[in-house]
Amino acid sequence: MSDLETFRAEARAWLEENCPKDMRDGAGGEENICWGGKQWTFQSDAQKIWLDRMSAKGWTVPAWPKEYGGGGLSKEEVKVLKEEMRKLKCRSPLESFGIWMLGPALLKYGTHEQKLHFLPPIARGEIRWCQGYSEPNAGSDLASLQCKCEDKGDHWLINGQKVWTSYADQSDWIFVLVRTDPKATKHTGISFILVDMEQEGVSTKPIKLISGKSPFCETFFDDATAPKEYAPGVSAIVGEMNKGWDVAKYLLTHEREMISAGGGGLLGGRGMGEVAANEIGLEHGRLSDPLLRAKIAQAEIDGWAFLLTLERMKDEAKAGQGVGANSSMLKYYGTEFNKRRFEILMDIGGSDELEWEGERTKDGKLARSWLRTKANSIEGGTSEVQLNVIAKRILELPGA
Amino acid sequence: MPLVLNEEQEMLRESARGFLDEKAPVSALRKLRDTNDETGFDRGLWKEMAEMGWAGILVEEDHGGVDFGFVGAGVLAEEMGRTLTASPFLSTSILAATALKKLGSDAQKQANLPSIAAGETLYALAVDEHRKHGPAKIAMQAEKHGNGFKLSGDKTFVADGHVADKIIVAARSAGAAGEQNGLTLFLVDAKAKGVSVERTQMVDSRNAARIKFDGVEATGDEVLGEVDGGYMALEGVLNAGRAGLAAEMSGSAQQAFEMTVNYLKERKQFGTEIGTFQALQHRAAHLYSEIELAKSAVLKALQDLDSHYGMAGPICSLAKAKAGDVAKLASQEAVQMYGGIGMTDEFDIGFYMKRIRVAQEMFGDAAFHADRLAQMRGY
Ligand SMILES: Cc1cc2nc3c(=O)[nH]c(=O)nc-3n(C[C@H](O)[C@H](O)[C@H](O)COP(=O)(O)OP(=O)(O)OC[C@H]3O[C@@H](n4cnc5c(N)ncnc54)[C@H](O)[C@@H]3O)c2cc1C
Ligand SMILES: Cc1cc2nc3c(=O)[nH]c(=O)nc-3n(C[C@H](O)[C@H](O)[C@H](O)COP(=O)(O)OP(=O)(O)OC[C@H]3O[C@@H](n4cnc5c(N)ncnc54)[C@H](O)[C@@H]3O)c2cc1C
Repeated sequence: MSDLETFRAEARAWLEENCPKDMRDGAGGEENICWGGKQWTFQSDAQKIWLDRMSAKGWTVPAWPKEYGGGGLSKEEVKVLKEEMRKLKCRSPLESFGIWMLGPALLKYGTHEQKLHFLPPIARGEIRWCQGYSEPNAGSDLASLQCKCEDKGDHWLINGQKVWTSYADQSDWIFVLVRTDPKATKHTGISFILVDMEQEGVSTKPIKLISGKSPFCETFFDDATAPKEYAPGVSAIVGEMNKGWDVAKYLLTHEREMISAGGGGLLGGRGMGEVAANEIGLEHGRLSDPLLRAKIAQAEIDGWAFLLTLERMKDEAKAGQGVGANSSMLKYYGTEFNKRRFEILMDIGGSDELEWEGERTKDGKLARSWLRTKANSIEGGTSEVQLNVIAKRILELPGA
Repeated sequence: MPLVLNEEQEMLRESARGFLDEKAPVSALRKLRDTNDETGFDRGLWKEMAEMGWAGILVEEDHGGVDFGFVGAGVLAEEMGRTLTASPFLSTSILAATALKKLGSDAQKQANLPSIAAGETLYALAVDEHRKHGPAKIAMQAEKHGNGFKLSGDKTFVADGHVADKIIVAARSAGAAGEQNGLTLFLVDAKAKGVSVERTQMVDSRNAARIKFDGVEATGDEVLGEVDGGYMALEGVLNAGRAGLAAEMSGSAQQAFEMTVNYLKERKQFGTEIGTFQALQHRAAHLYSEIELAKSAVLKALQDLDSHYGMAGPICSLAKAKAGDVAKLASQEAVQMYGGIGMTDEFDIGFYMKRIRVAQEMFGDAAFHADRLAQMRGY
C-alpha cells in the first residue's frame, strides 16, 4: 500500500471512531457552521466534541504546520482527508475568516512569533476574526481607503470607519487595512494591522440585508488602539509597515478561492435536475417542462466543468501555494454560477418557495438563500473587478 | 489521479507542438484547400506521424504501437486542433484503434492493429444516417444471409470515408430504428462489392463521405463484437471519438483565443491599443474562464477513458458539450474582435471557425450531449 493509501485508511478509521454521529449528517448549510470564538455557543455537545477532537489532531487546519496548531499534512493528504470526510458525511468542525484568510496571510507574511501567537487560537476555534477592508468610499477601489493609523510611540492610534464587515458583532479580533502614511501614493501608505475589538474605541452596528438577515456591520474606530507589540516579537502590524497592500492582495486571493470553492455548497447538496424531477415531475422519463429542463442541463454542464476546474487548479498549484491570479477566474465563474443555480432553484420552486414566513418553507429558507447569493459576485471583489484582474494579470492586456 | 499531465505526457505535447508548427501549420491546410487536394491531407505527413508513434498512440506495444492511452491521444488531438492539421488521426488512430482494441477478436486485432500503428491502412467509422447524430436512430439493415449478413443502407458524414481502406459500419441486425437493441458492428472492406462512396467536401476544407451500402455481403469474421449487442460497444468507441474531438476543439479554441489576445495588444484605434477598452477586456476575460473549464472537462474525460472506459459516457458528453460550445464562442469572439480583418479569407481565423463548426457537430452537438446527460441523471 502506498503511503497515501495507508494515510487514507488511518484517517478513515480515526474519523469513524471520533466523529460524533450527529456531526455525520453532511449538513453544510450556513446555519450549521461552527464559527468558534469567545461569543460562540455550541449548537450541541456533539459540535463541541467534534471541534475539540479535530483541533487536538490539528485537522481543523490540516495543511498548517504542527507547531502552529495544524496537522502538518501534505497537499495530497489534505485532499485525501477531505475525501474521506465527504464520504462519511462529516461536517466541517470549524470555519472562520481566521482559517480562510488571516491564517494564509500570516503563514506567508508573519514572523515566527506572530504565527505562534495568533495561529493556534484560530485552529482551536477560540478567537474569531473579521475583515476590516471596505469603507464607505473604498469598495472596488479598495486602495483609496482612509482609515487613519498614527504612531504614538508605544502604540498605534486608529480612527475611521469600515463597512460591510461580515460578522463584526460576533468577532473578537479584526484585521484592518489602515493608512499609516497619508502622504504616500495610494498603494504605498497602507498597513495591515491586527486589532483586539474588546476595547472602547471599537464599536459595531449591524446592517440588514435584502434576505432579512444581518450578517454584517458598520465598524467604527474612535481612538482605538493597538500596542506596538502584543508580546516580544509579536508586532501588531503584519508584514512591513506601509507595505500592507501586498498582504491585503495576497489575502484576497485566498478569500476568492474560498468563495469560489463555496460555489454555494456545489459539492454537497442535490443536483438541480434531481430537485426538479422530484418537485415538478417527469413525463416519459423527462422533466415535463422542456425549457426548464434545457436550462438545468446546461447549468449542470457548466457546474460540473467548474468543479473539475477547481480540482485541476489545485492540482496544478505548487504544494502549499494558492492558485494565484486564477483565484479571480474561479471567484468570477463560481459566484456567477452560484447565482444562476439559485435562479433555477427558484424557477423550480415556483410559488411554493415564494413564502417569506411560516413553517412550510422554514421562513422562506430557499428564497432567503437565493437573495443571499446575489452578494457572492460583490463580496471579496465584484465580478467586474475579477474580470479586470484576469485582463491585467493573466492576459496582460494594456491599460488594464 | 491528479488532474494534470504527467511528465511523459508533457514531453509528448512539446514535441508534438514543435513538429506541427514546422510541418503542418494552418498554411498547410490552406494549400490543400486551394489545390483542391483529393485526399484532403498529406499522406507523406501521415507517414511521418506514424513513424513518431502517433498513428499507434492507442495500440499496445505487442501490436507495434506506443500505447500512450487516451490522455496521450488527446494531447495530440489538442495540438492538431491548434494548427488545424488535417490527418486521419481521429478516424484511424482513435476510432478504429479503440474499436479493434476493445471489440476485436485476436485475429482481427492481429490483422488490423499493426497496420494502424504503421500508418498503412486507413479506416472510417460510419454511424449516422441523418443530419443530426443519434446512434439509436440507425436504420441500415444487416439481414441474415447464409452464414453472414447482407448490408443495405445509407451513411452520411463519414469522416475520411473518401480515403478509407476499411469501414467500420453500424447496422441493424434486429429491432427497429429508435431502439438501442439490435445493432451490430461490421468491419468491411471499402472495395467490397456494393459499397459506393461519394466524397463530400466540407466547410472546414476536410473531407467526409456519403456511403451507400447496396446488399454488401459480410461474413461472420467481419462482425466486430457481438451480434445485436453493438449499441453499448459503439457508444464506447463514440465516447473515445467525442473526447478526441473535444480535445481537438479545446486546442483550436486556445489557439484562436491566443491569437485574439495578441491582436488586442497590437491593433490601435482611437489612438490606443484596442485591448485597453474594457468592453473587450471583459469579453476576453470571460472567454478565458470558459476555456479553462473546457480544458478541465477534456482532461478528465481522457483520464477516465483510460481508467474507467466503460463508465466514461457522462464525462465524455460533458467534454464534448462544453468544448463544443466554448470553441464556438472562441471563434465567434475572435472574428468579432478582429473586426473587418477577421472576415477575410486571407486571414486564418475563419479556418478555425469552420473546423470548429464541423467538429462540434460530429458525434453529437452540445444539445445532444446535454440531453444525454439529463437522461443519465434521471430527468
Ligand atoms: C455579503 C457581503 C459581505 C461582505 N463582507 C465584507 C467583509 O467582511 N469585510 C470587508 O471589508 N468588506 C466586505 N464586503 C464588502 C465588499 O468587499 C464590497 O462590497 C465590494 O468590494 C464592492 O464594493 P462596493 O460595494 O463599494 O461597490 P462599488 O465599488 O461602488 O461598485 C459598484 C459597481 O461598480 C462596478 N465597478 C467598480 N469599479 C469598477 C471598475 N474598475 N471596472 C468595472 N466596474 C467597476 C462594480 O463591479 C459594481 O458593479 C462584503 C460585501 C457583501 C455584499
Ligand atoms: C463585409 C464587410 C463589408 C464592409 N463594407 C464597407 C464599405 O462598404 N465601406 C467602408 O468604408 N467600410 C466597409 N467595411 C469596413 C467596416 O466598417 C469596418 O470593418 C468596421 O468599421 C470595423 O473596423 P475595423 O475592421 O478596422 O476593426 P477595428 O476598429 O480594428 O475593431 C477591432 C475590434 O475592436 C473593437 N473596438 C474598436 N474600438 C472600440 C472601442 N472604442 N470600444 C470597444 N471596442 C472597440 C471593435 O468593436 C472590434 O471588435 C466593411 C467590412 C466588412 C467586414
